[in-house]
Order: sequence, then C-alpha cells, then structure tokens
Amino acid sequence: MTTVETNISRILLKEEIQDFLFREAELLDERNFEEWLDLLTDDIRYWMPMRRNVKANELDREFTREGQDINWFDEGKGTLDRRVRQILTGVHWAEEPLSRICHFVTNVQLLGAEPSITDPIEVSVKCRFLIYRNRVQTETDFLIGKREDTLRKVNEEWKISQRKIILDQNVLLAKNLTFFF
Amino acid sequence: MATARKPRSKSSNRNSLVDLESGVISREIFVNPEIYAQEQEQLFARAWLFIGHQSQISKPGDFFVSSMGEESVILCRDRQNEIHVFLNSCTHRGMKVCRYDEGNTPVFSCPYHGWSFATDGKLVGVPYFKDAYKETLDKSKWGLPEVAQVCNYKGSIWATWDKHAPSFAEYMGGFTTYLDFLLDTWDGAGGETEVFGGIEKWVIPCNWKFPAENFIGDRYHNISHRSVDMAGVGPSGVGRRDTTEREGATALDISFPERGHGTITFLRPDDKKTTSYQHSKIVSEYFAHCESERQKNYGKWARLLPGPSTVFPNMSYLPRQPRSIAVWNPRGANSHEAWRWFLIDKNAPPEVREFLRHYYITYSGPSGLTEQDDMENWNYAHNASQGVIARRHPYNYQMGLGFDGPPVVTDGLEMPGQIRNVTDAFAGEQNQRGFYQRWSEFMSAPDWDALATWRNGNGKSH
Ligand code: FES
Ligand SMILES: [Fe+2]
Repeated sequence: MTTVETNISRILLKEEIQDFLFREAELLDERNFEEWLDLLTDDIRYWMPMRRNVKANELDREFTREGQDINWFDEGKGTLDRRVRQILTGVHWAEEPLSRICHFVTNVQLLGAEPSITDPIEVSVKCRFLIYRNRVQTETDFLIGKREDTLRKVNEEWKISQRKIILDQNVLLAKNLTFFF
Repeated sequence: MATARKPRSKSSNRNSLVDLESGVISREIFVNPEIYAQEQEQLFARAWLFIGHQSQISKPGDFFVSSMGEESVILCRDRQNEIHVFLNSCTHRGMKVCRYDEGNTPVFSCPYHGWSFATDGKLVGVPYFKDAYKETLDKSKWGLPEVAQVCNYKGSIWATWDKHAPSFAEYMGGFTTYLDFLLDTWDGAGGETEVFGGIEKWVIPCNWKFPAENFIGDRYHNISHRSVDMAGVGPSGVGRRDTTEREGATALDISFPERGHGTITFLRPDDKKTTSYQHSKIVSEYFAHCESERQKNYGKWARLLPGPSTVFPNMSYLPRQPRSIAVWNPRGANSHEAWRWFLIDKNAPPEVREFLRHYYITYSGPSGLTEQDDMENWNYAHNASQGVIARRHPYNYQMGLGFDGPPVVTDGLEMPGQIRNVTDAFAGEQNQRGFYQRWSEFMSAPDWDALATWRNGNGKSH
C-alpha cells in the first residue's frame, strides 16, 4: 500500500472512531442507558483511579492501582449494569429527578490499531472529556480529564472493551459519581 | 442564600437549641456560621480525633497528611519509630510545609524561605542562620506545633490538641468493646489489619453532623436505600448487605451519652453460626473459617455483630460490611470533606481481598451505589434548612423518647453503654439524642474538668 492509501485509511478510521465516541456521548446525554450498555463488551474493564499529590520523583505513586487499591471505579459490566438498573428504579434519589448531563469529547487521538490500520479489530484511542452536570436547581459540576479507551470489533460493530478515566482532581469536588464517563 | 444570623430562639442559651427532654433540636446548630465557628474552638480543638492508620506509616520517615477539624496535619513516623502529629503550617510565616498527600521523607522543607523540620518536628535548618539571625534564633522553640496527645489504639491513630483531655482510653470508656470489632482481624485472633491504598476524599455540601448522626444509629433511613436493594450490591449478589448473619439477632441501639459515642449492634442467639458471603467457594470458606475462629477467640462476645457507629465527634465506622472508617472534616457550616479508609486483614487471601475491595467500592463513597443516596439526602436536608422560616422549625428527635424498649436479654454479657432493644420498634433515636447531649456539653463546658462528667460520679461510669 502507498503512503497516501495508509494515510487515507488512518483518517477514515479516526473519523469512524470519533463518530462512535460522539454517538456514545449522545446515548448517555439522552439517557438511553440500556443502549449505552450495549456498546460495552461483556468483559469490559471500567477504571477510574484516584490521584495523589506526590513528589516529582515518585510519580509512579500518583494514581491508585487498578485491581489492587481503592479506585473511584474499578469494575466490569455486571456492576455497570447494576448502576443502570438502579437509575431505572425511579427511587435512586441521587438521580431522581435525573441530572441534566452533557458530555464533551475532544482531542481525539488514535493511538493504535491492531492488526492493521486498514483492517482493524482493535483500536486504542485517547481523548479529553468535559462532563457538565446540573441537577435539581442550581447544583452544577464540571468534571474534566482524559480518557483512554480500547475498542474492539464484535460482529462488525465497535464495542468498548477498556476505559481508563483520568479525572483531573485530587479531592473529588462532586458529591457523588452517579453518571458515566 | 442564608447569611449569618443570631439564633432565633428567645435566649441564645445553647440548651434552648438542643432540648432533649422534648426531643427537639434547632436547625441553627447545623446552619449557623457563628455556632460553626464556636464548634472549632469548643469541640475540634479539645476532642480526640481520628488521624489515620499505622499501616499508612509503617517505616521511619513515612508520612500521611490528614486533617483535624478544618486544619491540615502531618502524621509522621520519625527516625526513632515514634509517631507524631504536627500542624501542617510553617512556624515562620505559615506556609503549608507539606503539600503531598503521603510519602517518605528525611525532612520537611518549607518551600517559602527554606526552614526545614525533622520527622520529629524539630526545626533543624534555617537559611542564613549565621548571617541573618546572628545565630540567636532559638530553634528549639520553633518546631512544628505538635498535638498535645497522640494514641495508637490497635493500629488506629488518634490525637487531641488539648493537654488537659483525658487519655484516649478514658475518652472512649467502654466503647472500645465495640470499636475493637473494627480494628481486630476478622477472626479476632489479634493479627494485623491494614488499610487499602487509596483514601477517598470528597466534598459533601452539608454540615458535618448529618453523616455523624446518620452513622451513630439511623436505622430509620433504611427506606432511602430501596433502589440499592432492588439493584443488588450485597456481598452475596443481592440486596445491600449480607444480613444472613443477623438472622434471629436482637437489634440494639447503644449510646454513651456522657461521651457522645454510639453504635448499632446486633446480638446473636448463642448457637448461631453465620452463613454469609456465599459468593464463591474460597471466599465463603475463608469467612466460615474466620467465624469459627472468632467464636473461639471472642467466646461469648462473638455474639455481637456491630453495625454503623460514630466515635464522638466526627469519626464514623462500619466494622463489618463494608469495613471502613470515615471522618467528616468540617469545612464551613454548609460543607464538609469526607475521608474514607478501607480496612482489610493483612493475611486475607487474594480472592478475599479482591472480593472485599470490589464490594467496598460499589457500596461506599461517591461511586458507591448505597451512599450516593445518603449524600443526596444530607445535601438537600441541609439546603432546605437554611431559610429564616425553616430555622423557626426544629428537627424532631422524639422517636422512642419516653418509652423503655423491651428488656435486653444478654445472658451474662456485660455490655457497656445505655442499651435499647429496638428489634420490634425497628428504629429509635436514643443514640442521636446521646450525641447531641454531648455536643451541648462540649459547646458550653469551659474545660475538661467540666467535660469529664463521669469522674464526679453522677454520670454512669463505664
Ligand atoms: S514560611 Fe516557612 S520558611 Fe518562611
Ligand atoms: Fe445510608
């Protein structure tokens, strides 16, 4: 393949992945939680570490460890499914009435595609997010950070198989995390 | 937004704010900034406060930055293995000496003008000591301010700024009987407990007393967690907790009004063996093993299964499920910062560790399915209590007031505290009333001579 062809494949793939991420955000913001769950592989890992202030030479200790420490989130589809079901009970008071939420997804970078850019079955993609939440009357949160996702093709459809969420906060400034990143 | 305002009651006498004979408490004590300011002086500067766990500072030079009331403190193990708690503020011009959350250091160097403090708090380095100070600065007088007393109780570290405060043991009284179940290993054999890496810290927009009184004995708010019971986060995959271990147990509310502590505790019938945590083979075998060891080690005391509890004023804990410590750090009348430590037996097998870790995260804190609803309730209870009209209407703490619960049959267990059987009543508010009785005493007593009421024989001594 020529360089031009590879570049075109890359651009098309990036566009495709970006569309996927935007569509995902749309589902969440429109509160189609069950459809959103369908975008996750059955073996998804959903991880959001906590962040410590540490010395510059100890940055390996900045994040709490997946699978070992207490994290804001460190779970699979079963728990995510429970979170959705809890919201749908109509008596989950932290989300009843429902919050108004807007996901902004930007700075999308395609980091890799396996086995190839022309015929990928797995891609890794990094982006920035800004989540705006407003609930009841004046309660408002802005949550800003980075996301690293792995997407896998299952039956010709992209699904999320890994999501790492890096929130740029130390003390969590929101009282709860009742929504999805 | 409500602004500073004098209490509305006829007299500003605090007794009129907390009227326990009638079982009513003014909203002022939650929302009034002047009362909040007095709490800092009267309460947080005098009481014993929870700082952290010894497993967080296991080696010399290890430190963990914690909070006592509004103020940042450094918990540190010095070169001689002594545990210290210092104010995290430079004695020269107040700079926050340590802005890291935890780590290991030979010395704390102030970023502003470079004074440095050893791990025992002593001032050891002063730039231009010779030229600028002519070597006359008395370094021994300018170390980091240290708490008056510190205590390591079974791995939990506590401190107080008041040198006249009683010892930690006296401050707790018989309440350690219940606290022990949190700090001992699950089998009660006296092994080591540690905290998981990752201390949850988050802001809750309500007064710190909302969670403190919730944990001390609010069985009544069970209904608010209906959505979790429906979604099922419990350690056996259903409900919220695994309550099989409590089947047939007597539900007890235990209050220490003369000290302010309180706990929800279940008293099992003698022969009962727990069958909880049927999650997987390894996990259920482990807990079954711990349970039989627990019965051996605790003897008849193994019948006690303690639940949510609060050590006055602002440390709450869950000794069994999900085993954790919370501190409600005041941050103004209308807000506080919750900190959460999660405990695990050091020798727990990896499968058990993983199982508990997952349960802890999905139950507790901002991402926990259960506690999300608690925070919503505390947030908007506080929010709706700030107005002038709202403040004219006190909260109701009358549940069970003036009634004796049915007799408590303990079969020879000499359980400390004021015990109330709420098995049939389902809930009561004696623990909350005990908490606010103590709160009132702290707010008016001039010193610890007046606060140590149990010494002069009229309070029940435990
Ligand atoms: S403020 Fe610390 S050295 Fe000046
Ligand atoms: Fe609760």
